[in-house]
Amino acid sequence: MELQIKDSQLVRQYINGDERAIEMLIHRHNARLTGFIYSKVGDRELTEDIFQDTFMKVIRTLKRGAYNEEGKFLPWVMRIAHNLIIDHFRKNNRMPMYDGMESNHVFSLMGDEQLNAEKQLIKEQIDHDLARMIKQLPEDQQEVLQMRLYKDMSFKEISNNTGVSINTALGRMRYALINLRKLVEANSIVLTN
Amino acid sequence: MEHLYTKNDQEKKQLKTSPDKIRFLLNYSKSLHITKTGEMTFEGHLN
Repeated sequence: MELQIKDSQLVRQYINGDERAIEMLIHRHNARLTGFIYSKVGDRELTEDIFQDTFMKVIRTLKRGAYNEEGKFLPWVMRIAHNLIIDHFRKNNRMPMYDGMESNHVFSLMGDEQLNAEKQLIKEQIDHDLARMIKQLPEDQQEVLQMRLYKDMSFKEISNNTGVSINTALGRMRYALINLRKLVEANSIVLTN
Repeated sequence: MEHLYTKNDQEKKQLKTSPDKIRFLLNYSKSLHITKTGEMTFEGHLN
């Protein structure tokens, strides 16, 4: 049986000055993280740049002693990468750039049905996962969340339907969202398309 | 769970960041020097 040093142990070794530990962590998660970034940006060069920026941030955080998520190294790294991907899209406003080159054929700027179909598939999967996570919430929170999100009811209507005050309904909604966020983090799920 | 979001996950898992980028990161890590003075943290790079 192959013995593998845990991420948390490698993180500790690295914080204590063992440079080989970060090398092992990078190699261990290279394929997973590269694949994750590529699945969002679809560009090889950009993927490598974001991968590099992600680990630069990881290295700085670890060396500054600011890391406090022992045991959850990969989800933490994925979250950093995810935030950098969002920053990239925000910076570029998701707009395709036209630089006047001949290679920018007019058809490349037009809609692609295949891509829409893929996005639709991803959206359906996200909806499905979200519904499954909602089912893990306490019943009172599920009820408020479903009324608000799926039935588009106001908090006054929710209050009348459930027999609780508006403040209680608001509180349940708040805790439902907090718990949902915890579930998303615990399962390393990225709810973006 | 993330494999549910994509059909060609296997293909993506084969992608890897190039050795050049990794070498850069390892050099960056070796050269990064953090100094803490009181509540302040300073970053520096050693050549």
